[in-house]
Amino acid sequence: MKEYRTIKRIAGPLVFVEKTEPIGYADLVRIALPDGTTKNGQVLDTSDDIVVVQVFEGTRGIDKASGVKFLGETIKLPVSEDMLGRILNGAGKPIDGGPEIIPEKKMDITGAAINPYSRGPPRDFIQTGISTIDAMNTLVRGQKLPIFSGSGLPHNEIALQIARQAKVVGQQEKFVVIFAAMGITNEEAQYFMRDFEETGALERSVVFLNLADDPAVERLITPKMALTAAEYFAYEKDMHVLVILTDMTNYCESLREIGAAREEIPGRRGYPGYMYTDLATIYERAGMVQGRKGSITQFPILTMIGDDITHPIPDLTGYITEGQIVLSRELHRKNVYPPIDVLPSLSRLMNAGIGKGKTREDHKQVSDQMYANYAEGRDLRGLVAIVGEEALSERDKRLLKFAAEFEDKFVRQGRREDRTIQGTLTIGWRMLKAIPRDELTRISPEMKDKYYGKESDYVNEGAPASADVKAEAKAEKREKPANKEPKKAAKPKQKQKTKKKK
Amino acid sequence: MAKENQKTESGKEGKDKGVLYRIAGPVVVAKGLKARMYDVVRVGNEKLMGEVIQITDDKCVIQVYEDTSGIKPGEPVTNTGLPLAVELGPGLLTSIYDGIQRPLPVLQKKVGDFISRGVYADGLDLHKKWEFKAIARKGDSVKGGDVIGEVEETQGMVHKIMVPPSISGKITDIKSGKFTVEETVAVIDGKKEIMMMQKWPVRVPRPNKKKLAPEMPLITGQRIFDVLFPLAKGGTAAIPGPFGAGKTVSQQQLAKWSDADIVVYIGCGERGNEMTEVLTEFPHLIDPKNGRPLMNRTVLIANTSNMPVAAREASVYTGITIAEYFRDMGYSVSLMADSTSRWAEAMREISSRLEEMPGEEGYPAYLSTRLAEFYERAGRVIPLGKAYNEKEAKEGSVTIIGAVSPPGGDFSEPVTQGTLRVTKTFWALDAKLAQRRHFPSINWLISYSLYLDVLEPWFAQNVSAEWRPLVDKMMTILQEEEKLMEIVQLVGSDALPEKQQIVLEVARMIREFMLQQNAYHEVDTFCELKKSYLMMKIIMHFSDLANNALDKGARIKDILQIRSKNKIADAKFTKQHEKLLADVQKEMNADFDRLIK
Repeated sequence: MKEYRTIKRIAGPLVFVEKTEPIGYADLVRIALPDGTTKNGQVLDTSDDIVVVQVFEGTRGIDKASGVKFLGETIKLPVSEDMLGRILNGAGKPIDGGPEIIPEKKMDITGAAINPYSRGPPRDFIQTGISTIDAMNTLVRGQKLPIFSGSGLPHNEIALQIARQAKVVGQQEKFVVIFAAMGITNEEAQYFMRDFEETGALERSVVFLNLADDPAVERLITPKMALTAAEYFAYEKDMHVLVILTDMTNYCESLREIGAAREEIPGRRGYPGYMYTDLATIYERAGMVQGRKGSITQFPILTMIGDDITHPIPDLTGYITEGQIVLSRELHRKNVYPPIDVLPSLSRLMNAGIGKGKTREDHKQVSDQMYANYAEGRDLRGLVAIVGEEALSERDKRLLKFAAEFEDKFVRQGRREDRTIQGTLTIGWRMLKAIPRDELTRISPEMKDKYYGKESDYVNEGAPASADVKAEAKAEKREKPANKEPKKAAKPKQKQKTKKKK
Repeated sequence: MAKENQKTESGKEGKDKGVLYRIAGPVVVAKGLKARMYDVVRVGNEKLMGEVIQITDDKCVIQVYEDTSGIKPGEPVTNTGLPLAVELGPGLLTSIYDGIQRPLPVLQKKVGDFISRGVYADGLDLHKKWEFKAIARKGDSVKGGDVIGEVEETQGMVHKIMVPPSISGKITDIKSGKFTVEETVAVIDGKKEIMMMQKWPVRVPRPNKKKLAPEMPLITGQRIFDVLFPLAKGGTAAIPGPFGAGKTVSQQQLAKWSDADIVVYIGCGERGNEMTEVLTEFPHLIDPKNGRPLMNRTVLIANTSNMPVAAREASVYTGITIAEYFRDMGYSVSLMADSTSRWAEAMREISSRLEEMPGEEGYPAYLSTRLAEFYERAGRVIPLGKAYNEKEAKEGSVTIIGAVSPPGGDFSEPVTQGTLRVTKTFWALDAKLAQRRHFPSINWLISYSLYLDVLEPWFAQNVSAEWRPLVDKMMTILQEEEKLMEIVQLVGSDALPEKQQIVLEVARMIREFMLQQNAYHEVDTFCELKKSYLMMKIIMHFSDLANNALDKGARIKDILQIRSKNKIADAKFTKQHEKLLADVQKEMNADFDRLIK
């Protein structure tokens, strides 16, 4: 292999080499520095005259006398089952002091697009144990559901809780977790690692770490590495893989850095015009393939710059992913964990994963009703600020109370609290019962017959409702004597469960 | 040009050759290639498909429809001499294509579950034999667009075999029987051979005799569209909406239920999993009109966001050309493009790689021209050729429904604005409504349809003369609600005059009973016009009763507490709505009678 010493220009993360033989686009490059170290790179632009190389480890120390070798192949990740339990750097090299990984094979890190015709429809409900996700924004296997967060919000804790608790009901099999960190701080990384070790999750995990002080350009290949490993486990080893990518904002910044160094015409806020396509090649690697057992579910985390959801990064992400979980600073300030704001959150594949035989027949209607009530209740807060609570109608007061209860009882839960979907729905029905039957317009009469009447003694049960809620609910009962709900066999098991949690 | 399309590609290949000079992503530069703009070329040793998009001095810039990793300068480039064309003929229906008309099932068979590059696949199955039934006879003189025979392509769908637009003369030979799409079925003037397959360059609109003004609605079965913001057959509509506002579901509902003969659905740069939902769901859907599979009249194009960007740019043209072809047979075709923003972004991406001077927000300056050209390919037309049937005049239409995904939900961005300038119906999706789970989340205050007046006679004749007055009344109430809500925000609803409290209540009923529709409920997913009309009528009937009762001295509190009105909502979920609504009406009348007494 020929070594060139014809570097013409070095700028930012880019090296320009001239007078080469024909070099393939996207080929892997090795640069030998005068001090004996080597750096890796990739061809970004190739022509008869000049070849542009982006250097993953940064260009520090490279001079015009450095030797450049073109390896004639694109970047590949050596994969094997031994990767489980290992910690690798952002470029796929072990950094945990363990032995080299003996590869079973090498896989190209720019995975080919799944033929849409071959994709399997994602419809297996994943129970995360978090009510706001399970009931309101249900996750299914093969989905990509990002967490839109802000600086200082507990997105990492939520991601860990999901990684810990996620399971498909009725199946014992745990997820393999592939964790790719891009530009996160050492402290955050340690937090993740400690949790992985404590819970024993590390054995079923592969960790790719590119920390904040690691080269920024390396971040561009970290998610691709992680997803290549995920594809190996999912499609060749029939495993169900959960991929956590954090923080995509750092990835996009690196993309912008490269774009600027190449003097490209920038798009919105200086991010390159191809960022949508680039992000799509990452996110779209989630999914399932017909006839193969495994699946890839993605949890990308991104911090919204200035909490602005219209910023190009969350915006383009939202157009590719199947929904988003949005964290709210307001809830966080109220000390609600997890501070998930359900209103802007969404799971597009929810309807495929819920309902009879999957979660429960009333799931969709309960979720719709709670959304509607909570949205209205939240709006009313603005009104209360102006006119005071006394000026509200009875209905409005109920909704206002509903919104408060919703945040306090439904959204809020413990960091280790793993709620079943039945438990979650039961909490939901409890709150709905503070609303007169007729006002629940999103719920069909059959469902109301079946669940609204059930556990109607909830108020007397010593449930945490405040005194006036009790009074109101009682009044409600008096008002409607005609409303004789057949007290169908209540499920005592569920009751106990939810009680314990209080 | 049309003549060339009759030839097969192989005859011309290998004529003009060049070598690659530069590769940077999906845009490559070739030296020494003789080419015209938009010629299709084969790039590199692997013969990747590409299209010439810029010519300077001795260099041609080519957008490549596939991944270019590993391609080196110096590799050969061959010009096919043909523009990007689609193959038109029996076999289109039920097909699932990528953006450049490669059937995805064939790709799966050839290369497996992941699409690798350099695979070639014919748009139509060249080996399948179709039963061709000649209609024209020997000695007939025919010209472009005339139907000379028929093929039953799918059960109940007749594919009409037409003379290609540029050919005319006397039929010297024609025969019925089983043929592949490449075999000759007729001969004109003793030398021009006609086969069932035609090719047509995607960037050129297919010709027609005359464009007509739209006069019939495209019935969608979605109340808010049919009632408040109807779309005409041959018209254009835009659905812009921020992500998560239910754009894709709305589009899919339209594809499933609209009463067009043929549906072309383009998933342009959209999510793979959503495309899968379409691909797995559509084949199981039953056409409400005739009980046959919906796929029998559907062509799907799926170019997901991670598939090559240049193919995404082409996918929209591939779709519209197929739609025009069916229009020329005399069918009404509806085309859904989801999403045109992804298409525009593909243009932007390629434009920026060409280092063109960018226009607004980095989009190329020709963005609005391209958008307008695309939407102009919609329309109700008299196609070329003789009337197929003596009794009815031959007439076809293409209706375009384009989804737009404005970044950050900001409707002032270039793609939305460029689209609004050319489309006549505007269905504005609203994230706020979606957050309340009000679906379809079409904002009734900023949406509009310019077809209301044009379609009024049709509704009067086919549903009821009261249709338009009722629609206007409903709109007035909804608009009044908006104004009143501002006051309510300040002082609370109890402070409003009683009449206005009724307006608020009626508006709530319109919103919850009429406008909300559950796409996932087996009955509610489709609502016929008659049912919409009855529901509209009973809500307005309540409004009349309430106002009347108020005049006669009833208390507003009692009126608002009448429970029977809430039963109107149940009509959405039952097929026995007529009986139910009649019962509710009786009950309501009785309730009000009691109140007044």
